[in-house]
Amino acid sequence: MSALKVDQVLDCKGLACPMPVVRTKKTLEGLNTGEVLEIMATDRGSVADLQGWAKRTGHQYIGLKESGQVFHHYIRKVDPTELKEAVSYPHTITPEEVKARLSQGEALHIVDVREPAEFAFGHIPGALSIPVGDLDNRLDELDASDSFIIVCRSGYRSDLACQLLEEKGYHKVKNMVHGMNAWDGDILIND
Amino acid sequence: MTTPTVTKMSAKEVTRFIIGKEALFILDVRNEDAYQDWKIEGEGIVSINIPYYELLDEIEPALKQLPPEQPVLVVCAKEGSSQFVAEQLAEAGRKDVFYLEGGMKGWSEYLEPVKIADLSQGGELYQFVRMGKGCLSYMIISEGEAAIIDSARMTDAYQQLLADKGAVLTHVMDTHLHADHISGGRTLAAKYDAQYHLPPKDAEEVTFDYTKLVEGSNIVVGKEEIIVQPIYTPGHTIGSTSFIIDDQYLLSGDILFIESIGRPDLAGLAEDWVGDLRETLYARYKQLPEHLMVLPAHFASPSELGEDGRVAGQLGVLYQHNPGLHIHDEEEFRRTVTENLPPQPHAYQDIRKTNMGKLEPDEDTQREMEIGPNRCAVHDN
Repeated sequence: MSALKVDQVLDCKGLACPMPVVRTKKTLEGLNTGEVLEIMATDRGSVADLQGWAKRTGHQYIGLKESGQVFHHYIRKVDPTELKEAVSYPHTITPEEVKARLSQGEALHIVDVREPAEFAFGHIPGALSIPVGDLDNRLDELDASDSFIIVCRSGYRSDLACQLLEEKGYHKVKNMVHGMNAWDGDILIND
Repeated sequence: MTTPTVTKMSAKEVTRFIIGKEALFILDVRNEDAYQDWKIEGEGIVSINIPYYELLDEIEPALKQLPPEQPVLVVCAKEGSSQFVAEQLAEAGRKDVFYLEGGMKGWSEYLEPVKIADLSQGGELYQFVRMGKGCLSYMIISEGEAAIIDSARMTDAYQQLLADKGAVLTHVMDTHLHADHISGGRTLAAKYDAQYHLPPKDAEEVTFDYTKLVEGSNIVVGKEEIIVQPIYTPGHTIGSTSFIIDDQYLLSGDILFIESIGRPDLAGLAEDWVGDLRETLYARYKQLPEHLMVLPAHFASPSELGEDGRVAGQLGVLYQHNPGLHIHDEEEFRRTVTENLPPQPHAYQDIRKTNMGKLEPDEDTQREMEIGPNRCAVHDN
């Protein structure tokens, strides 16, 4: 997996703790909610510490890639309101049902609206990646006569995506509630 | 505004607190897993853990938990984060704040030399206590010659003592193939052109030349003959060999500790070696004179440190008090040394390969491989 699409890259190579975490915190403050930051660091201690810091602050630690001596961390800025799962789009489907239908060989149109880095670190096989922010510009990839299942991490971004699709004339759309957090079926990881 | 001052505390100074059982409060700012796995311990030491990344916004949560009238040592993995937190504490008005020089990496590498005794022929015996990892190594000096047993990877402390005493290193021995730390034996032997002795049964796969340790073939240090007598004592490893020095001191390697006994599982052959371990502890050692002072290759708990930091105990006393020497039922003994053992040391298989010469990791990797506690005993204190 090389050159994942991210919103900003922070170079902390050669810096020892606490600097990778201090810089990450400061840089993330300047990003918008939902944007993904890649942090490059050479300090091995950054691995456990960035994960610990993200867990504590509620930001999403998406994943880690190692190339040579460099650790590439992917962190997504999380808005505290996202954690509340304020679902308002009425048509939903559970992860269990999606899993069952896939296992019966049904061809589903699954759209994963998370960021590309999140998608790369694990998604439902066959899902199409369109980050929620790009959806408006990429509607030509989706045929309004088809049925769609929209997926994100927790069910919040997919809820927003479903509302947007409904406005645009898509009427056979379901939000997968609880998102990938609740998914225990097969996942595909991009290498 | 004046810059508040925080002071570095060296591993040597921390050692003084531990040996003197003095009160020291430690704020360990590493992540929780690292702290749970391994931390600085001592009878006068109280420590708490708050990861530094929880203190980036405000130092108040830490400040509230510090005792009012006591020096506070902030500890992290390598130094940077502890200095960062210590400075914030000082800025908030806290006095008597220190941070650990070199962090836990430095702590893991520090060796405290303790003189054990003057020997009968005018020689000296030193023990090097690796406080952070619980490893013990030894130097015998006599008539300008020296031998080192169970050397640590870091050889500076030995080289310093050799220079202070004007002695030349002639022999290096390892009681067994170590699984918890990287031996400095090869490095030292090469540097001083000394003989490197290993138990042949542990050294079947080594990639370099060595001299075989065999019973009956004594090693002499100095003209006046400090005799080092190898005794074959299998159990922790199949080759484990003990040494008797000057008829007074029994270097027991990882077979017998002060408050525990060695574990037989680190080379993957626990069941095979249980019988050997029992034979060594309950028969071979039993035949040795009770007055011998046991000097092991490890300690597991600060309670094993004597008043000057030494780790030693008379064989006769150990036969009375060491729980590992009081398991009379063979089946119970087998269960004790093979079941419910503490976790195996970090990277122990790679450490064994490095000690065989099969792996040659760079210094940073070697350091990383050794990070963590020592776990060579069956009892985890």
